Amino acid sequence: MNVEQLDIRDHLAQFAPFDSLSDDLLDTVAASVEIRYFQAGTELLVKDQPIEALWYVRSGAVEMYLRNGRLFNRLGEGDIFGYSDLLRNRRVRYPVRAIEDTLIYFIPAEVFEEVCDQDDEFAEFVDTGGQRLKATVEQQRHDSDMMTTRVRKLLGRPAEMIEAGVTLQEAAQRMRDANTTCVLVIEPAEKASPYTFIDRDGHGWRLCGILTDRDFCTRVLAEGVTPQAPATDAMSRQLIVVQSDETVYEAMLSMLRNQVHHLPVLHRRQPIGVLHLSDIVRYETHSSLFLVNNIFLQNEVDQLAHLSEEVRTAFARMVADGANSEMVGRALATVGRSFAHRLIELAEARLGPPPVPYCFMVLGSMARDEPTITADQDNALVLDDRFDPEQHDAYFEALAKFVSDGLAACGYPYCKGDVMATNPRWRQPLQVWKRYFTEWMDAPNPERLLHSSIFFDLAAVHGEEPLVEALQDLIAERAPQRPFFLAAMARNALGRTPPLGFFRTFVMEQDGKHRKSINLKRRGTAPLADLVRVHALACGSKAQNTFARLDDIAKTRLLADGVNERLRYAFEFLSMVRIRHQAHDIEQGEEPDNNIEPENIDSRERHHLKDAFEVISHAQKFLGFRYPMPSKRSRG
Amino acid sequence: MRAGGLFRRRETRPDWDVYLASRAREARDSRLVNFFSAGVEALSPDTPIGRVPLAALDLETTGLDAGRHDIVSIGVMPFTLERIRVREGRYWVLSPRRNLSEESVAFHHITHSEVAGAPDLSAILDELLACLSGRLVVVHYRRIERSFLDAAIRERLGESLLFPVIDTMSLEARIHRQSWWARLRRWLGQPAASIRLHESRQRYHLPPYTGHHALVDALATAELLQAQVARYHTLETPVGELWR
Repeated sequence: MNVEQLDIRDHLAQFAPFDSLSDDLLDTVAASVEIRYFQAGTELLVKDQPIEALWYVRSGAVEMYLRNGRLFNRLGEGDIFGYSDLLRNRRVRYPVRAIEDTLIYFIPAEVFEEVCDQDDEFAEFVDTGGQRLKATVEQQRHDSDMMTTRVRKLLGRPAEMIEAGVTLQEAAQRMRDANTTCVLVIEPAEKASPYTFIDRDGHGWRLCGILTDRDFCTRVLAEGVTPQAPATDAMSRQLIVVQSDETVYEAMLSMLRNQVHHLPVLHRRQPIGVLHLSDIVRYETHSSLFLVNNIFLQNEVDQLAHLSEEVRTAFARMVADGANSEMVGRALATVGRSFAHRLIELAEARLGPPPVPYCFMVLGSMARDEPTITADQDNALVLDDRFDPEQHDAYFEALAKFVSDGLAACGYPYCKGDVMATNPRWRQPLQVWKRYFTEWMDAPNPERLLHSSIFFDLAAVHGEEPLVEALQDLIAERAPQRPFFLAAMARNALGRTPPLGFFRTFVMEQDGKHRKSINLKRRGTAPLADLVRVHALACGSKAQNTFARLDDIAKTRLLADGVNERLRYAFEFLSMVRIRHQAHDIEQGEEPDNNIEPENIDSRERHHLKDAFEVISHAQKFLGFRYPMPSKRSRG
Repeated sequence: MRAGGLFRRRETRPDWDVYLASRAREARDSRLVNFFSAGVEALSPDTPIGRVPLAALDLETTGLDAGRHDIVSIGVMPFTLERIRVREGRYWVLSPRRNLSEESVAFHHITHSEVAGAPDLSAILDELLACLSGRLVVVHYRRIERSFLDAAIRERLGESLLFPVIDTMSLEARIHRQSWWARLRRWLGQPAASIRLHESRQRYHLPPYTGHHALVDALATAELLQAQVARYHTLETPVGELWR
């Protein structure tokens, strides 16, 4: 038959989903191809006409229209269409017209179905858009299992436990015999408390501490404590624990945050094992872990600034190791907050202890655990209500300036909107902050909210966390009952729209204009985070992270079935594309930004981007409909 | 034969239906009888082009002179204006009776070793005629295909094999060489538009193919005819207006 000479196979092989077919299947497809030329302007498919083949654009371009005549999609070389009609009822749903002279390859329906049957990846690709995206995201996730691996999978053996009355020597012998580096200390318990559990024989116990080999060095030998003293004398009573179904990544962050190497693992309240740092190390790429560790060892701002140069390399390495967007986001947030945290400690060391309690908080993407490598600083100070400006503000002004300058030196540029603790407006006692939020929510207008929406993503970094929690509580209680506020937030969330499509050399805007590049943050992840925030506010969620907010929204009936999942996959995918391109920029020695040029995107990614933008577009339409501006009457 | 100036001598158009009918009656070889009979059945000058089964044909040869050179490969791509079904395409490498020259090897990449075990045209003639039977043949530059095939058949069967063809190059020439405007341009000394296969295809935004393979060129010719009819004719155009 000699079809192999005809270029057809080679052409198909360059484009998704054919690029991943086995040679045999690709041969089958290539041999089945039928060809026809269409002049520009020709109607290729008319609504409701029968369709018997998959259409493949060999050259030229076509447009697809919605029922109301609006442009729905534009396809170019290597794109396919008609597959959803083939999978459905073999009737055309969207009319298609050639907008350039176009050469079409037809792949007969029988061959299309055979390939779908035999190749799951192909079948997933041509399945509905959301699922196509989902398949890819899950593939990405599969590649990096630290986010999904539960802590319990790393536990080798049950926790070694001793009763509180046991001597230090006996404890050491137990550790030697069991060959462990720590034991958990328990005591009989009568009443239920967060650390009580019931053993197999029905006895109640309370987990009261942990004793590690390090404790034997620092608290026994160094202090000259006798081996006959009770184990409770040397144990740590401040327990940092993880639940067995938390992810390895959570556990690692917990170790980093709390500077511990052993984490008791609980199943509900029952201790089932102890996770050691070394258990995690093989799952970790080292980079972000050592970086955070190092941040807390620096004593000077310029040392910190020097260290910040490693952030980018660590980021690029994480991406290369297959981390997903949540891992990268959390790592960058942990690094960013650690810099802030350490700078505050250094400031306090210089300025002395604070005159009144305070909490340093971050806002925006850092609070959502979703900063990118290019994030600037957005922060504020919430002060105790005993704050007296005359007496105390000089201290906090100095602290704010020290931290802000330090962050700028560490690669977090000053906020252009002046949302920083150095701005006296954002350095206020709790009652003033409560008034700010109440005003934003009770008397909203879109213009004012446009500049303050960043405050609705907030997280404590250092200090008295209850101060920030009080604000989170206030928002969660009040926002769901303020339809006018939700409507104003929704309107602002519609300000940035996704583009219509993504082509080989250009981005297609909704008005049909072409662009050479696209800002994936402004047009993709930010609008998505914005609209998820509105739903989260509406359902009283206190979560800040977009994924965590989606978890909370999923518990309500705010979104139709499947929408939550699609938003999640779209967000993950857009974030990953942006992250990968930034990592690529860094590896090429270029300044990373949020702009993506379509030429740097392979055809598979292009398909997924289109899908993701479509998800945003649908979700935005729903948002406007779900949170309408109430009429004046219903406001009162 | 060369046309010059603003005027051009008209090519005399044979009455192909009359010719096919007479050959169907008078041909000696039974295969040719069948071929011409099928032609009489399927091809009448009034038939709309949209309803005629077509077959794009391309020959690669050792040179340009049918008297001195030979066919080395044949590609046939049966098609209609609605569909080119590539699985129906056929391709043969033939053993030339005269030697392959080095230049021609360089030109179409068919090497001595490839033709060494290849059959003579007579061995594949049944298949070839079956492929073309009842179809209107489409070529790009008919003088090569017509003269080489006719000469090869005369040599083997002792009678002629001529049939009507649509020549995509001459369709292109009608538009770009023989229009009043094109002749005026030429008279004014401007270069004429190229009507070679590749350049012709470009005018219809057809993709470039690696040339000089008989089956690839047959496919390229089939696509070109689809494009020409889409732009300048209709599916109702009688074949008598297009064939030569």
